[in-house]
Amino acid sequence: MNDMTPTSAERAEKLEGMGCKRKRVEDVRFVQGKGNYVDDLKLTGMLYGDFTRSPHAHARIKKIDTSKAAAVPGVIAVLTAAELKPLSLHYMPTLAGDVAAVLAEEKVLYQNQEVAFVIATDRYIAADAADLVEVEYEALPALVDPFKAMAPDAPLLREDIKDKTEGAHGKRKHYNHIFTWEMGDKDGVDAAFKKADVTMKEMISYQRVHPCPLETCQCVASFDKIKGELTVWGTFQAPHVIRTVASLISKIPEHKIHVIAPDIGGGFGNKVGAYPGYICAIVASIVTGQPVKWVEDRIENLSTTAFARDYHMLTEMSATKDGKVTGLRVYTIADHGAFDACADPSKWPAGFFNIVTGSYDFPVAHVAVDGVYTNKAPGGVAYRCSFRVTEAAYCIERAMDIMAQKLGMDAAEFRMKNLIRREQFPYTSALGWEYDSGDYHTALNKAMDTVGYKKLRAEQKAKQEAFKRGETRELMGIGIAFFTEIVGAGPSRNCDILGIAMFDSAEIRIHPTGSVIARLGTKSQGQGHETTYAQIIATELGIAADNIMIEEGNTDTAPYGLGTYGSRSTPVSGAATAVAARKIKAKAQMIAAHLLEVHDDDLEWDVDRFRVKGNPERFKTMTELAWAAYHGVPPGMEPGLEAVSYYDPPNMTYPFGAYICVLDVDVDTGTSKIRRFYALDDCGTRINPMIIEGQIHGGLTEALGIAMGQEIHYDDDGNVTTASLMDYFLPTAVETPHWETDWTTTPSPHHPIGAKGVGESPNVGGVPCFANAVNDAFRFLGSTHIAMPHDNWRTWTVAEKLGLHA
Amino acid sequence: MAKSQVTMTVNGKPVEALVEPRTLLIHFLREQLNLTGPHIGCDTSHCGACTVDFNGMSVKTCTMFAVQANGSDIRTIEGMANADGTMHALQEGFREMHGLQCGFCTPGMILRAYRLLQENPSPTEEEIRFGISGNLCRCTGYQNIIKAIQYAAAKLRGVPLQEAAE
Repeated sequence: MNDMTPTSAERAEKLEGMGCKRKRVEDVRFVQGKGNYVDDLKLTGMLYGDFTRSPHAHARIKKIDTSKAAAVPGVIAVLTAAELKPLSLHYMPTLAGDVAAVLAEEKVLYQNQEVAFVIATDRYIAADAADLVEVEYEALPALVDPFKAMAPDAPLLREDIKDKTEGAHGKRKHYNHIFTWEMGDKDGVDAAFKKADVTMKEMISYQRVHPCPLETCQCVASFDKIKGELTVWGTFQAPHVIRTVASLISKIPEHKIHVIAPDIGGGFGNKVGAYPGYICAIVASIVTGQPVKWVEDRIENLSTTAFARDYHMLTEMSATKDGKVTGLRVYTIADHGAFDACADPSKWPAGFFNIVTGSYDFPVAHVAVDGVYTNKAPGGVAYRCSFRVTEAAYCIERAMDIMAQKLGMDAAEFRMKNLIRREQFPYTSALGWEYDSGDYHTALNKAMDTVGYKKLRAEQKAKQEAFKRGETRELMGIGIAFFTEIVGAGPSRNCDILGIAMFDSAEIRIHPTGSVIARLGTKSQGQGHETTYAQIIATELGIAADNIMIEEGNTDTAPYGLGTYGSRSTPVSGAATAVAARKIKAKAQMIAAHLLEVHDDDLEWDVDRFRVKGNPERFKTMTELAWAAYHGVPPGMEPGLEAVSYYDPPNMTYPFGAYICVLDVDVDTGTSKIRRFYALDDCGTRINPMIIEGQIHGGLTEALGIAMGQEIHYDDDGNVTTASLMDYFLPTAVETPHWETDWTTTPSPHHPIGAKGVGESPNVGGVPCFANAVNDAFRFLGSTHIAMPHDNWRTWTVAEKLGLHA
Repeated sequence: MAKSQVTMTVNGKPVEALVEPRTLLIHFLREQLNLTGPHIGCDTSHCGACTVDFNGMSVKTCTMFAVQANGSDIRTIEGMANADGTMHALQEGFREMHGLQCGFCTPGMILRAYRLLQENPSPTEEEIRFGISGNLCRCTGYQNIIKAIQYAAAKLRGVPLQEAAE
């Protein structure tokens, strides 16, 4: 070697592998307006579909007359349940074991439910004609309040299943009941409460919200009658599952269905499930023999395709008088709307809600969830969180604050006392999860030190005194949240979707010149997979990330995978990527040994090459080995250099974090001014710190929206009153504060590269942090729990009720 | 429906077309001119994904008719590159500062930022936040968009980029 030879470190840096703040590959097309989203697609002869929707929340359909609509010039066809029923497509299966109406047959069960689908040559004509479909309704009483769903005299919603006493998850105890899901040690908790010095009990409700990605749900279906093949381009977070479901319900063989998810304009859980628009576009294309595009508008998006939360959690905690938690009991009413269209792993009707013990060492806990039907849009998706994990985190983090208040303890001190200790990992929680790794005290200490926690408390106290003296009209709130997520679903022993194990996949092919294509079973919606997966391969194989192309979303070419949601891409497909790369590396090592005429064991890996131990000048780079794989493999070895991995994770991963929010509430206007927000995240090994920070900024902003204003609200008649961006709060740059990010690194012991996933952590931790800050502002006045969202009006009302405007 | 003739300049090129009076400008741009950079994110002029530069103003094209654009001068993301084909400072800034994730708001956001910087070449953070508040982003939390705009502002003013980039 001479002096010009780059060192190992120099070569490693050039790869732009793991740990590098690599600029994103996908941005080059996005900043030039050359993204390829579904609505950008234009096919010859393409038709447009639009829905006629129900104005009622609950009504019997007496008559549908499509003649006026069908007579509009340019209208090709109008579909109603009558057309779909002979094909058995008027209902579709949901991921949760229920069925959902595609087009309403005898009844409508929520406002804006799909009743007819008009197909026309132009989207304006389709919209015109959809208005001309005449539907005669007989209005029925609407059931809006989930707490009244199981009353003896509650309106019967689901006539299609009224005689079914057994649901997908066991016995149904009422005609509006979906499931009861229970876990933990009920007797143990009862005993703990009997012995407890202090207990708390609070109804902690997490309002109905919607993920609201900026691009709505949409698809183009194109059926080729000659070949009998169906191609569907759509906004699919899980394209392979969509293909399987499409095959099962259409009876078109799976190999003749091509599902393609192009660029997606944000998903956040909204784009996991299947919606009537997809089915209708497919049927319409089969019927007409022409491609059919369906694009929902924002009102349709907010009021029909998916919602999240709507969890009402009666929470009780017991503790000793010196502040050690001894038991947790949570009973939840879950409002699923008209159909159970939750997007959870099939065996988990309440998702992973049993993560509700959070980051704390509860000796015993018990949870039960009753799912009920109401006259609201169906769903129960995971809006930027693993399944029901944000609900759980909000529940426990609020409850911890309320308990601290009861004990007269500081919220941070109480948490410190109960956090799971480093030496307890791997830690088995009272509700059955095995937390893989954590160092919670270090994280919380770092957070508190960074923000100057003690000083903040002193300042708060002084401000409270000043408030009492009438010198200020502001109250200072300090919110803490310490969250543990459970992501990376998941191990096949307990996670499947419709019977398909929740593995994920990667297929890597090295070309003769040493460049790479890798295809994965996941699907980015903005997370930057094209950038980060390449970084994993770069480090594993010593090939520059710029020479690695990542492809996802085409079910014909990508290996089967379960898609991107629940922060599962890095924990599952990221692991598959590393494992596939290691298979390639093992073969490359054999080729290197052959070429260098040494034994495999005499070689060692050095960044981008195998070199002979003790003789580093004898080496073969990965590029050389790629070339050799196509012409000079050892005798008996197959040529080529590629590998595939289907990775079945041994466990979930458990990212965690400590967040602190400081804000000032103006009691006269109800406004909350966020002074500071500090987020420390531990997502294990960090692949691209720039992308991680971006994910955290975005998740915190979504959390801000949820905590401070978002709500999908229904009036007593079941009219949805917040179905446009006029009324549904999305934070602008003005409301959004500056985010401070920080990290610790506790790798996952079971993941090939130690990564845990991060995209959803800020939503999981952010929401309770904001909520705790607002609540903390009022704590010294005796207030224990104020329900979300903390918009100005609600906050003003709290101040009013506390007599602060007198 | 009877169609009206419109002429306008789009990204520096003359355009002549027949449009229905009710055709929205965004649909005209996307479907008749195949300029799919501007996007549709809402129905109520809130999200700004359809923002273009229109006669020296930022305009949300989902809320005006194509016929109203008769005689106008429009610039979309497709017309943002420099004359030599390199990316505009804003396009470069958004990539350098990680000012986008899903990319759906980006064309509208860049066009809004373009007009903002025309009006105020060295905006403060607060001025940028206010200036882009008609454009929603669901992914980034705006922080890096602000950095991207600061990066572009510095580059366009010829100030060393170090100042803008952290």
